[in-house]
Amino acid sequence: MAKLSLRGVVKQFGANTVCDGIDLDVDEGEMVCLIGASGAGKSTLLRCINLLEAVEDGEIFLDGEDIAEPGLNPQAVRARIGMVFQSFNLFPHMTALENAMLAPRRVHGRSKADLVDEVEDLFKRFGLADRMQNYPDQLSGGQQQRVAIIRALAMRPEVMLFDEITSALDPQLVGEVLDVLLMLKQQGMTMVLATHEMGFARHAADKVCFLKDGKIIEEGPPEALFDAPEREETKAFLARALK
Amino acid sequence: MTRRARYEAQQRKRSLMIAATSTLAVVACIVIFVPMTPGWEKVQRSFFNGAVLADTFPKLLDAFKINLMIFSWSAPAIAILGLLIALARDAKSPALFPLRIFGATFTDVFRGVPVILTVYLIGFGIPGLGLPRPWNSPYIWGSLALILTYSAYVAEIFRSGIDSVHQSQRSAALSLGLSERQVMRDVVLPQAIRNVVPSQMNMLIALQKDVSLLSFIGPVEIFRQAGVFKSLTANFTPYVGAAIIFLIVTIPATRYADYLMAKQMRDRS
Ligand SMILES: Nc1ncnc2c1ncn2[C@@H]1O[C@H](COP(=O)(O)OP(=O)(O)O)[C@@H](O)[C@H]1O
Ligand SMILES: [Mg+2]
Repeated sequence: MAKLSLRGVVKQFGANTVCDGIDLDVDEGEMVCLIGASGAGKSTLLRCINLLEAVEDGEIFLDGEDIAEPGLNPQAVRARIGMVFQSFNLFPHMTALENAMLAPRRVHGRSKADLVDEVEDLFKRFGLADRMQNYPDQLSGGQQQRVAIIRALAMRPEVMLFDEITSALDPQLVGEVLDVLLMLKQQGMTMVLATHEMGFARHAADKVCFLKDGKIIEEGPPEALFDAPEREETKAFLARALK
Repeated sequence: MTRRARYEAQQRKRSLMIAATSTLAVVACIVIFVPMTPGWEKVQRSFFNGAVLADTFPKLLDAFKINLMIFSWSAPAIAILGLLIALARDAKSPALFPLRIFGATFTDVFRGVPVILTVYLIGFGIPGLGLPRPWNSPYIWGSLALILTYSAYVAEIFRSGIDSVHQSQRSAALSLGLSERQVMRDVVLPQAIRNVVPSQMNMLIALQKDVSLLSFIGPVEIFRQAGVFKSLTANFTPYVGAAIIFLIVTIPATRYADYLMAKQMRDRS
């Protein structure tokens, strides 16, 4: 059974159908990359998985349980799925360490003392041990994004969603964030990424899905999708993206 | 010195000269022409009388302590009530719908009625119920009138602060599994409150002045005290003295609020 399965997911904003019957399977420990032009619906799809958007129709299974059930309390689901955003969205009034400890304290009811070793360990692992006491505006973009990843990981999520997390970074800072993703993959994290980093998707992803107008119109292992795309739309997109 | 720096130094010197000259000219006009007006002597005697001022100023300062006292208990009450009203107006749960209606009505009513009228109605009306001492004190009911009126304004400022926190902050907090309440308390409110500090400073300054409205229902604070001295000395100078005391407090406070506002603008850009 897949860790995460989407079946016929539909999301509309008014008359605009942004996700138009999405089917997707993500196995435990797999990295799936969503690619596609801006406006294709990648961000919305990720937000639906995390229940930040309520879907109109379809099912989303997490470990076989339908989390898209209307009326279900989303908090418990969100606590199991981490999300990282393009614009970092760190809490500016808290230090990096406080950012990372807030949710485990509030949601899991754990004490600071109980958490601090574990969270400090995350900071060390991602090379930010000396930045824990800094506020977000004292950190570079790459550091902020790594703190945002640590903040999500501190909840010990089962699945991680990443929404173009390197798009707001200066080119020389992209690498340090992508390295974190590779580390997570090695540790067996289940991940879904929306990304414009085609090179990264090609060598790191287990599966790549091409989205257009709210539909996954082609998917497959990266070699197949990048080297021998079948659909004309995919070819056209890749020709533009890889130029 | 570079060419550019030399040019700018010269320009600065020139602007300074012009500013000084024009200021001097205006001051000279006032000093020369105002005393030439036919009523000046009379005005000077009844509004700017040095002897009366020296005589009454210390006692006016004493009376000003009453203003400070009323201010010191009203301001925290306003901050708390204002925040509660703001939260009530933004309550989402249907069970709290009555709170939303209450919050909306509250702000409509107390922003819609002149402060002085609220002070009269509550300050005279409630003691009129025949409450026993000390519950008939105008200090209590006058303060309550100020608290209610100012809370309505302060609540609206808090709400604008809550709106000013970007939606993405809420998304991030929710995505971590926090409840709506936790998101509000831990993420949105701390930022919202920080964003509205300068505006709330201006409310404090306005409150400081409006405390004088309580003089109409009894408390002998500075404005009332100045009125007493006016009658005793048959001279308006005590009012000028009171104005001076207010300015000593409000000018630095206003400057500070402006400074905070400008700093916030800089930090945002
Ligand atoms: N909150 C929203 N309200 C209305 N329309 C939205 C909202 N969020 C996204 N959309 C629309 O959904 C479409 C897909 O957007 P998005 O998911 O951000 O695409 P992508 O991430 O692939 O660039 C766009 O046309 C966008 O205008
Ligand atoms: Mg997007």
